Amino acid sequence: MNRSAAPATGKSSGGAPKIDAYSVPVGKRRRSPREVLVFVLLSAGSLLFLLPLWWMISTSLKSPQEIAQYPPTFIPKEFHFENYVHTWHAAPFTLYAFNTLMLAFFAVVGNVLVNSFIAYGFARISFRGKKFWFSVLLATMMIPGFVTLIPQYVLFSKLHLVGTYYPLIIPQFLGSAFYIFMLRQFYMGIPKELTEAAKIDGANHLYIWARIVIPLSKPALAAIAIFAFNGAWNDFLGPLLYVNDEVLYTLQIGLQSFRGSVQTQWNYLMAGSVIVLLPVIVLFFLFQKYFIEGMNLTAGTKG
Amino acid sequence: MKTTAETLKPGASGPQKKKRSRLARREELQGYLFILPWLIGLFGITLFPMLFSLYGSFTNYDVTSRMDFIGLGNYARMFRDDPLFWKSLYNTLFYVALMVPLTTIGSVLLALMLNERIAGMRVFRTIYYLPAVLSGVGVYFLWIQLLNPSTGLINTMLGWVGIPGPAWLSDPMWTKPAIIMMKLWSVGGGMLLYLASLQGVPSQLYESAKLDGASAFRRFWHITLPMISPVIFFDVVTSFIGGFQIFQEGYVMTDSGSGGPMGSLLFYNLYMWNQAFKLFDMGYAMAMAWVLFAIVLVLTLINLRMSKRWVYYEGGED
Repeated sequence: MNRSAAPATGKSSGGAPKIDAYSVPVGKRRRSPREVLVFVLLSAGSLLFLLPLWWMISTSLKSPQEIAQYPPTFIPKEFHFENYVHTWHAAPFTLYAFNTLMLAFFAVVGNVLVNSFIAYGFARISFRGKKFWFSVLLATMMIPGFVTLIPQYVLFSKLHLVGTYYPLIIPQFLGSAFYIFMLRQFYMGIPKELTEAAKIDGANHLYIWARIVIPLSKPALAAIAIFAFNGAWNDFLGPLLYVNDEVLYTLQIGLQSFRGSVQTQWNYLMAGSVIVLLPVIVLFFLFQKYFIEGMNLTAGTKG
Repeated sequence: MKTTAETLKPGASGPQKKKRSRLARREELQGYLFILPWLIGLFGITLFPMLFSLYGSFTNYDVTSRMDFIGLGNYARMFRDDPLFWKSLYNTLFYVALMVPLTTIGSVLLALMLNERIAGMRVFRTIYYLPAVLSGVGVYFLWIQLLNPSTGLINTMLGWVGIPGPAWLSDPMWTKPAIIMMKLWSVGGGMLLYLASLQGVPSQLYESAKLDGASAFRRFWHITLPMISPVIFFDVVTSFIGGFQIFQEGYVMTDSGSGGPMGSLLFYNLYMWNQAFKLFDMGYAMAMAWVLFAIVLVLTLINLRMSKRWVYYEGGED
């Protein structure tokens, strides 16, 4: 593994013409031994990375007898698709999915609108104390979640909101330091001339934000929408803390409690896991571009 | 600060001056209007709760009835009479100390390989990134299954090469490595981060280094590494802070937070959670939260300090 850390260590001593990743593209050329090595390594690695997912699907289709069998089989001898039907009906997954979608909806709307709004303020309006507040914003990113988690719980319990979705929804509309930071960097990069004209015509910031900046930042906002959706979909801690009625269970909590009811029936548990993970996988393949856009934005925020 | 509208207006002077300050005030107001949601959140669900928890950490608060001031009682109990506190701290430090370097090195290596121009690169990138977007209970269940000592995938594959795999999640020695292995499955996120910054390294740098006869290894060491060091730093700091917050893995993979075999997966936050929401010993849990905050803060500051030595910022620094 270590070999690949330093590109072409093996090759560097030789006097042969050096072609490596860092050279400018030169159209068709012969594959160097190192490229072949990297290709082989990457192929083997991607098999390793995909096997767990294959294992999940394959286990979800097996009979309990086949799961217990040693050595385990990679391809089920018989495909028990009815495992999925059984799982879906064994616990109220329809309800869980509906609840989760609702929370994800609020998370997406809140995060996209509010973070963009706040980021615009930090990026494009000059006001006294801006530097101070911005450094406070950066500092809050260092606070571990658990420091605020317990007193927040106390707060929401004093407001009699424990057992409702409010503690999960309200924070989504109060901005997230990281997304604000990310979007602010993005907004700083939008050429001033684009907003200047509107300003001379007397447009206020609200107008400029809604009509000029938002349309220009669609890819960044799409990335945030996807991260927010993913975050809400996978949130375990929040619902675990604030939701106790089964009617309000989300997929994550529902799946966790499903384990208690099926015990060691791993075919059903894996079917349940596939059900919960599949939407994220589909989303990933549909919007891969924006996932990557989001990571690029993150990379752009450092230093 | 002048508003842009003014600076563009020709001959802005005299009576215009008054107008400018009014405009500036309006600008000021709008600025605060825009960051208002964040300010509400900052005071409402961050600073106020934190102050409350700071005070609470000196009490025996239990949410419902008592809240007596007990001075440093919680802290004394933590450091002196609570072996589980030390155990959970040890578990967390152990995890962070292994996870951060391994995931960082793993994602840099992966990014370097995926930065090559070879066939099928897009497909490779997709495959390696996919696991990183998956998280939550489904993933933990999958890994419990993969780590099954007799019929799990991992020990089956180890068996092929003649290694008898350990009883991962039931052997206290192997529980944390098992969790770290699971984390390594999702290095794709960090990989993308590095890939983005690798592609930002100007190719002229490599060209001229090559003309000077620098070997590929030296080019990596003296060009690539310094150029991506700000991202490495960012990644290390965030995975550090994130690593200390490990909770769900311990909770889901150990039967609702029991902490696993011999408490080997009793992470700091898991122990804090149990204190707060199972025993309702809130005062103690809040004290624990502040100790964690202090630890993370100190380590982050050390990180920042050390970064001056190895992080390279283009166009000078400070």
